[in-house]
Amino acid sequence: MSPTITTSSEANGNVSAATARAAASAAASAEAAGPQPVTLAKALNTALADAMHADSSVLVFGEDVGTLGGVFRITDGLTATFGEQRCFDTPLAESGIVGMAVGMAINGMRPVIEMQFDAFAYPAFEQIISHVAKMHNRTKGAVKLPLVIRVPYGGGIGGVEHHCDSSESYYAHTAGLKVFTPATVADGYRMLREAIDSDDPVVFMEPKKLYWSKDLVDLGELRSAHSAAAAAGRSSEGRAAVARPGTDATLIAYGPSVPTALAAAEAAALEGRSLEVIDVRTIVPFDDATVCESVRKTGRAVVIAEAHGFASVSSEIVARVQERCFHYLAAPIRRVTGFDIPYPAPKLEKYYLPGVDRILDAVDDLQWEN
Amino acid sequence: MTISANHTAPDQTSKAPTGDALTEAAKKFGITAEDYMLPARHQIEMVDPDGRLKPEGEQGTEPGHEYPLPGDEELLAAYEQLVVGRRVNDQNSALVRQGRMAVYPSSHGQEACQVAAALCLSDGDWMFPTYRDAVAVMTRGVDPVQVMTIFRGDWHGGFDPLKHKVGIQCTPLTTQLLHAVGVAHAAKLRGEDTVVLAMCGDGATSEGDFHEALNFAAVFHLPVIFFVQNNKYAISVPLAHQSVAPSLAHKAVGYGMAGERVDGNDVVALLAVLDRAVKLAREGSGPLLVEANTYRMQAHTNADDDTRYRENSEVAEWRAKDPVNRMRTYLTDRGLLDDDGEARIREKAEAVATQLRDGLSEDVPVDPQELFRHVFAKTTPQLKEQSALLADELARDAASSTEEAGK
Ligand SMILES: Cc1ncc(C[n+]2csc(CCOP(=O)(O)OP(=O)(O)O)c2C)c(N)n1
Ligand SMILES: [Mg+2]
Repeated sequence: MSPTITTSSEANGNVSAATARAAASAAASAEAAGPQPVTLAKALNTALADAMHADSSVLVFGEDVGTLGGVFRITDGLTATFGEQRCFDTPLAESGIVGMAVGMAINGMRPVIEMQFDAFAYPAFEQIISHVAKMHNRTKGAVKLPLVIRVPYGGGIGGVEHHCDSSESYYAHTAGLKVFTPATVADGYRMLREAIDSDDPVVFMEPKKLYWSKDLVDLGELRSAHSAAAAAGRSSEGRAAVARPGTDATLIAYGPSVPTALAAAEAAALEGRSLEVIDVRTIVPFDDATVCESVRKTGRAVVIAEAHGFASVSSEIVARVQERCFHYLAAPIRRVTGFDIPYPAPKLEKYYLPGVDRILDAVDDLQWEN
Repeated sequence: MTISANHTAPDQTSKAPTGDALTEAAKKFGITAEDYMLPARHQIEMVDPDGRLKPEGEQGTEPGHEYPLPGDEELLAAYEQLVVGRRVNDQNSALVRQGRMAVYPSSHGQEACQVAAALCLSDGDWMFPTYRDAVAVMTRGVDPVQVMTIFRGDWHGGFDPLKHKVGIQCTPLTTQLLHAVGVAHAAKLRGEDTVVLAMCGDGATSEGDFHEALNFAAVFHLPVIFFVQNNKYAISVPLAHQSVAPSLAHKAVGYGMAGERVDGNDVVALLAVLDRAVKLAREGSGPLLVEANTYRMQAHTNADDDTRYRENSEVAEWRAKDPVNRMRTYLTDRGLLDDDGEARIREKAEAVATQLRDGLSEDVPVDPQELFRHVFAKTTPQLKEQSALLADELARDAASSTEEAGK
């Protein structure tokens, strides 16, 4: 029995002992100094390792997350570093994984669980909707559920059916869940650390087509920045980012659609149109202020998402912006989303996914002549 | 066959319990793993419906399935709780009829299960009950009025699960069994000797989470006791439509754990079986499945009409097996209970009933702002806006009613 596993001091801390804060990460010393090309996968993996170092109540489990390191390698090396008690494979049962995590969180742990793919989280829906989202409320705040459900999501990887769903709207629609989705490598690290620190349950949606995209980041600096922010009680939860400033229209995107929106803005710039790109980052809580500030400035907006448009996060964003910015709008807000069809087979997905041309067409439609 | 059932997770092989009950039973009696895991040929029963202690050879025990008779003190305490539990059930049903509570799924007739489920546990242990297990929750020591909050309707849960180590009563069938598994797993990782009792009904054993919970508990070798109250119905649907297994306890062997069935109206047998289950689980023998053979004497809830799906004669048959009467006869015959003792216990039950009547007739003021207070540990700007909207609405309502009054 590992004597180092203790109860998280932040949540449900009346259960047992105080948190043992381990010494600084050994992994840190192995890293090269200064900005390096780092993949989103590596940033997420580093965030998990750092969180496990920082707090012995952080546990990682799911399907193939142990020896294999996850089918996307996000948990690579964690079992070797932290042992089989802190990063382990479970039987194949998603409801079991989530339900057990609920119990562990009730009893002082901070589970970070992996759903292998978006569509394979569905067996866990009852646990997520009826318990993860409601436990704090049902118990009048007595029980906190500091758990993170990591969901690799979205298409664009040539995946076969059931491997490419954009399921964020189901979670965002459920009161009591926070829903994060990073689009950059740095955000991947920072937001996952913040999700793990959160005393609320977070569904952490990882755009799987961005796992292998690289940015120049300094992991050491991200780590110290996180420690400093956490110590000061600062978090970027609920804060969207201006991914690219612009003046003529606002593109609102999140997760896998952010790079597409940025590419569209780049193309539009060549045509002399200045597009601002907002990266929503945390779908719940939603950053009305940043989004509305941009739309009030530009007077035009296009919302971009891979998910089906009907009854979705993108429809919610349009409704919110319309309610708050109506008098600033020069044109109806447009959406570029996936069609309302089951996710298509690999050879057809390019017709389905929001692309630069479709975004630029929507921008062209924003009644510029008026 | 040899005893090779290694039902420990790979990561725990090094921790494989020495003195595992299975290994010990095999050594002692030369029985197989299957014989250990399969329930005994007959259910365990100690005191018959007429209140007479059965001869040892007729109690259903077998090698590897032996259960010592619980001590007198434990039995007296259990009887007291049986009487209180029966009174609570009937008081609550009355309060529903009087419109003081929305609904109450009564465990009338199942009080022996309710009481034994609570009494077999120690303070540091956990219980995960269903909607029908209010009496078990009260027996565990939670304030009766707080327990009834969920049915009174001013909040979903009325007590602090962490303080009492009792899960909030759960309605989505068998979802709580997985929470029990998680609590046990966390405790095991910290090296604590917590035992978790996870409760569900017969119908609920058909649910997927029942399967997942038993399998997880077995694979991770966790100290969870799955306690199934087989009261023969799931609302209107009889057990035969749920399962054609020889018994629900037989399901255990498929997961590599031991199962046992017990007369669910015999609190003596229930305590004997559950006490041993708790001991084995605490000592590191992994999970167990206990099926209690009982009967739901009343309709599913007050909203249900049980005459549509069962015969009165069947109910009458079970009335003769009542768990409270049986225990009274047994204890009286043994000289452990006299009229004074009985009167004292009745008085106590009456006091709890009064507490319930008083507590539930009070109109608790509800605070509309509480709607927003516990959705998140850290709230959101959207909920702040919505709470302000409601506050404004209420302020305007209040202002206009003051105005009305001034006219
Ligand atoms: C997942 C789920 N499905 C359906 C229901 C509705 N329901 C409530 S109680 C019940 C019957 C359960 O029967 P059983 O498990 O035998 O328990 P009992 O009520 O007899 O104690 C049903 C179908 C529910 N609560 N949860
Ligand atoms: Mg039943």
